[in-house]
Amino acid sequence: MADAKVIPFGDEPRTRRARNTKAKRASVRSTATPAALASVPEREQAAEPVPVEAPAESGGWDRRIAGGLSFLRRRITGDYEVDEFGYDKELTDQVLMSMVRPLYEKYFRVEVKGIENIPSEGGALIVANHSGTLPLDGLMLQVAVHDNHPAERHLRLLAADLVFMLPVINELARKAGHTLACAEDAERLLQRGEVVGVMPEGFKGIGKPFGDRYKLQRFGRGGFVSTALRAGAPIVPCSIVGAEEIYPMIGNAKTVARILGFPYFPITPTFPWLGPLGMVPLPTKWTIQFGEPIPTDGYPPEAAEDPMLMFNLTDQVREQIQHTLYKLLVQRRSVFF
Amino acid sequence: MGKIVLVTGVARQLGGRLVRRIQRDPEVDRVIGVDVVPPGDRAAGALFVQADIRQPTIARVLAEHNVDTVVHMDVTGTPLGTGGSRATVKETNVIGTMQLLGACQKSPTVKRLVIKSSTSVYGAAPRDPAVFTETTPPKSLPSGGFAKDAVEVEGYVRGFARRRPDVAVCVLRFANILGPRADSPLAEYLSLPVLPTVFGYDPRLQFVHEDDVIDVLRIALHEPRRGTLNSGTFNVTGEGVLLLSQCSRRLGRPTVPVLLPAVNWVGSALRTVGVTDFSPEQIRLLTHGRVVSTVQMRETLGFVPQYSTADTFEDFARSRGVGLLPPEVLARTVDRVSGFVSSAGKERS
Repeated sequence: MADAKVIPFGDEPRTRRARNTKAKRASVRSTATPAALASVPEREQAAEPVPVEAPAESGGWDRRIAGGLSFLRRRITGDYEVDEFGYDKELTDQVLMSMVRPLYEKYFRVEVKGIENIPSEGGALIVANHSGTLPLDGLMLQVAVHDNHPAERHLRLLAADLVFMLPVINELARKAGHTLACAEDAERLLQRGEVVGVMPEGFKGIGKPFGDRYKLQRFGRGGFVSTALRAGAPIVPCSIVGAEEIYPMIGNAKTVARILGFPYFPITPTFPWLGPLGMVPLPTKWTIQFGEPIPTDGYPPEAAEDPMLMFNLTDQVREQIQHTLYKLLVQRRSVFF
Repeated sequence: MGKIVLVTGVARQLGGRLVRRIQRDPEVDRVIGVDVVPPGDRAAGALFVQADIRQPTIARVLAEHNVDTVVHMDVTGTPLGTGGSRATVKETNVIGTMQLLGACQKSPTVKRLVIKSSTSVYGAAPRDPAVFTETTPPKSLPSGGFAKDAVEVEGYVRGFARRRPDVAVCVLRFANILGPRADSPLAEYLSLPVLPTVFGYDPRLQFVHEDDVIDVLRIALHEPRRGTLNSGTFNVTGEGVLLLSQCSRRLGRPTVPVLLPAVNWVGSALRTVGVTDFSPEQIRLLTHGRVVSTVQMRETLGFVPQYSTADTFEDFARSRGVGLLPPEVLARTVDRVSGFVSSAGKERS
């Protein structure tokens, strides 16, 4: 709390707020426990090819090896399905998620609140703040939605075009279910009833200097609102705390960025001075809070063309995320714990 | 009185098959095949006229036979036979289409025009949306090769449709045509013993089966069935998507990833040796991939392909023989290992 400039808001006195916070935290813990319990069997199944802990019986091992071998068999013979976006569900569940999960559970110790705000079926658009120099917040959000939601929903992220120009990255992004942030793709996914994640701040948010942390940047042109309106999908505001401090960006080498064709080239206390070691993110403690969904199905079809309504809704979403960010920052004990 | 159908490009595999197929249709009175070289027995039974569509003589053919339906199949990426140059192909595609359209415009009898185009008109770029619909404007227009020809052909066809609103015009944009007899550059590529791929990219591909191509052409050239409309522009492809890595695994052919800057060099080297046609647009397809929407094809044109993308590929793979790493052998190896593991587990317990 001491590290970021927090503007207190609301009219309740500090003591009462602290009490409220404590009560809220207790309630959150009690709601979070069943979710965590519910996700345990799924997690074991997902981590099948990479055994985490040694089971007491050898039967478990055999089953795991057999499961891993049948997975291997399907992979090397090409006997699996991808959707029209190139999303490889099997690979994502069994391999890609398991690779990110240690970072999620052990390193950033992500705490998730308000998962019930994501509908169990049908399309929804999750709008989140973007930060952290490298888009780790997107990956954490994806794991958070899948591992905590009772329906194990898969988040389909909309990514910047830079992602699809870089070799290897674009291949992995497509297989993990990400697609290009454009109205056509977002609408197609929402109409198929998928949960779509978007970070409308884009490079302005992820590449902002450390001094501006937790200050939401402009939300593009608000295209995400009209897309959600056309698809009639609710908008779920999402606030991510903790990602801002993983790579404190104290400078931006613009010339290097221009030469490499990147939107920014970060300089942090450790990067590029320590070389690859400087790429290790700081082990901050994260909180991801999903807010009350904003319904969009009550508007007439021509509403998506109304710029005034678009700006109002965009501002509403933005305010809600910003307020939740401040609230979470007030509650936070320390950046790292 | 039935239809009189003129088909261009009958000396090629697909054109010949179409002619043989529509001759059996009761609505069709007569089929006239046109090409620069005799089709041999490919278009057996049809009236063959040896004519070059780049010449104005095509107008006389139309008038002489009172043709009412024109199927333009002579828009292709590869030269006919061997020894043809890219310049000849381009001339046949573009000048040939112009001459044919000019002849159609003058002919009072022509009522229906079907054009075989390609989904390559959308190009392939990282900034494109994941799925192209018929109205998606391409982010980067194809800079050359067959894709550019197809874009130009479609431009002329749109102009013709404006000038002759009484003629029903149907443009069919086919995805990669594959099947046991396919002779497209992509089929040649997939027949290489080792597939060079672009490092760090796994393109999404769609295929349409040769049999489905013939069926959809028949739907387009006949009168529309009830509740459907067969004029306009339609994407035609099988359902589903395959990644190039999946294709190579199903074929059992190993891949060699090549860095993108070196790809063009490898491509031109292979082209010089004459192994396969690695045009820049082909390389772009194999880098970024291309997926199109088939909603219009299913709902407006009323055509449901018999083969999905995966079925088409399976049919193609069966016709191409075994690769270096046949999937059956790999599967058997894994099965043997898992059998060994389970028996070892039983012994222990």
